[in-house]
Amino acid sequence: MLRIGTGSGWWGDRISPAAQVAEKGDLDYLCFETMAEATVSTAQVRRRRDPDFGGYDTYLEDRFDAVLPHCIRRGTKIVTNQGWVNPLGAARAIRARLDAHGAHDWKVAAVTGAEVTDRIGRLAGPILETGASIDTIEGDIVSAEAYLGAEPIVAALAAGADVVVTGRVADPALFLAPMMHTFGWTRADTARLGQGAGIGHLLECGAQVTGGYFVDPGYKDVPEPWNLGFPIAEVEADGAAVLTKVAGTGGVIDRRTVLEQMCYEVHDPARYITPDVVVDFTGASIEPIGLDRVRVSGITGSPRTDTLKVSIGAQEGFIGEDMFFYAGPGALDKARLAERILRERFAVVDLKAADLRFDFLGVNAIHGAASPEPAAEPYEVGVRVAARCATRAEAAKIGREVDGMAVSGLGSTGKRVPYADRVREVIGIWSTLIDREAVAPDIVFVDSE
Amino acid sequence: MAHHTTVRALAHSRSGDKGDTSNIAVIAYNRPAYVLLHEQLTAARVADRLAGVVEGEVRRYAVDGLGVLNFVCEGALGGGVSRSLRLDNYGKTLASAVLPIEIALPADFDTELLRGPAPTFD
Repeated sequence: MLRIGTGSGWWGDRISPAAQVAEKGDLDYLCFETMAEATVSTAQVRRRRDPDFGGYDTYLEDRFDAVLPHCIRRGTKIVTNQGWVNPLGAARAIRARLDAHGAHDWKVAAVTGAEVTDRIGRLAGPILETGASIDTIEGDIVSAEAYLGAEPIVAALAAGADVVVTGRVADPALFLAPMMHTFGWTRADTARLGQGAGIGHLLECGAQVTGGYFVDPGYKDVPEPWNLGFPIAEVEADGAAVLTKVAGTGGVIDRRTVLEQMCYEVHDPARYITPDVVVDFTGASIEPIGLDRVRVSGITGSPRTDTLKVSIGAQEGFIGEDMFFYAGPGALDKARLAERILRERFAVVDLKAADLRFDFLGVNAIHGAASPEPAAEPYEVGVRVAARCATRAEAAKIGREVDGMAVSGLGSTGKRVPYADRVREVIGIWSTLIDREAVAPDIVFVDSE
Repeated sequence: MAHHTTVRALAHSRSGDKGDTSNIAVIAYNRPAYVLLHEQLTAARVADRLAGVVEGEVRRYAVDGLGVLNFVCEGALGGGVSRSLRLDNYGKTLASAVLPIEIALPADFDTELLRGPAPTFD
C-alpha cells in the first residue's frame, strides 16, 4: 500500500495543514499543487517587471521549511509543480532548503520542457474557446505551455529523485506518478491509470475533499471548519484507495465531499481528459468504511489522446476597478444615481472601454441578472465599477472618476481609501491542442555545491 | 394540494471553472431525490435560472449510478476567468444559484428525506 498526501491545493493554500499531514500522515509521498490556469502568464509578466522574482512558487521556501523536517525523518518523497516558469530555479531553491535541513544526500530533480512559447505559432491548432486561428492573437502571446503528464515525473523517480519539481503538468499527474512508479503501471494499463488519475483528481485540491468549499450551514455542516486536515490516500496496487485525513483535524470525508470533488471542473464524467489517460468516473464506487475513511474504486479509463492541451496567455489590456458605499435610508436610490453620474462622467472624459460593468453589492453584484429583485430596501449597498480597456491610462479613468465621487458625489458617499491595484494588467488565457510528440520533457538533477 | 420544495432540500452542489465554462454538479442526497431531479431539473430549467449570466449552451450529463447531474454551462464566466469583469470571476458561487429552483413533490414523497425546513404547501 502507498500513502500519498496533499501539501497544497493551490498557490495561496494554507501551510500549517501541510506540516500537519507531513508530520502525522505517515506518508510515502507528499504532493503540492500550486498552479492555476493563469499562474504562468502572471509569472511571466511579473518576471519582466521584477528581476528579483524567481519564476517559481513565491511560498516555496515557506512550504519546504514547514514540511522538510517531517519528510526527512519519515523518508517522505515530494512531488510538486512549484516550478511554474522556472523549474530549474525552483530545484536550486529546494536544493538549498534540503542542505539547510541537513539532507545533503537527498536528490532533487527538475522536469523541464513544458514551455512552448517560442514555437506555439506553428504548433497550435485552433483556439479551443473560439475556434479562431492562433494567428489572431500571435502578437499578444506572453506564454504558452503544455500540460505534461506523469511520465517524466516517473522517470525522475526511477532515476532516484527524492524531490521532483515541475512546471506545468496536469494536476492529477502529480499524484498518479508515484502510483505508476511504485506499482509499475505502464501506458497500457489504462484501467489502473484511470483509477489512479481519478484518485489524483480527488487529492489535487487539498481540503476540497475534506470539507473545504463545502459547508452550507444547516444543510452541510462539518466539525471545526477552521482546522481542516489535508487529504491522504491509501492506494492499493490496482489504484483503488481509501481517502482519509489526520485524526483530530476538522472537516469531514464522506460520500458527499468525495462526490463534490469528483465532479469539480469535470465536464463529461465519462471522459475526463488528462495527458496520461481519459478517466471515466461513471462506474465509481464510493464506500464509507469508517470515520473519515471512504474507499473509492471502480474508476476506469481509456487510452490517452494524441494531443496535449496548451494554455496560452495573451495580453488583453487592463482592467480598472473601484468601489464606494452607501448605507441607511435611500441607499439603493443613491447607488442608482451614482451609476448615472459615473456614466455621464465617463462620457465627459471620453472613456474608451471594451466592457464596462456596474455592480451593487448586496443587491446583484454576484449573480447579476439572475438575482431576484430585493424584497425590501437593502440597508447598505456597495457600488463597484469595472472596465476593461486597451491601455493603462484608459483603465485609470475608472478610479479617477470614482475619486470625484468623494467631494462631488452624493450625500454620505463612503469611499474606500487607501486603495491599491485599481488598475491591473489582463493576461487572457486561451487553450489549444498540439501534437504530444512536439513536446520533449527533460529531467535535470541539481546536486549540492 | 401540491407540495413544493427546492433543489436545496434534495441535493448539494459545487461549481468549477475551465476558461469561460462553468460546470455545476448537482448531487442528490438520496435515490428518490435523484429520480425527482432527473425528471424536473432539466438543462433548460438551469439555463432559464441563469439567464443573463450564462450566455451559451447548457448541457446536462446524468450519472445515474452516482446520483449526479452535471450541468456544463458555456459562456458562464463573463468571457473567461482571466478577462472577466465579474467579482466572482471563477463562478464559485454559481453552484448556489441553482439551489432555489423549485421542484414539485409527489404526494407520496417521504418528506423525511428532505434537508432543511419542511416543504411549503399551496
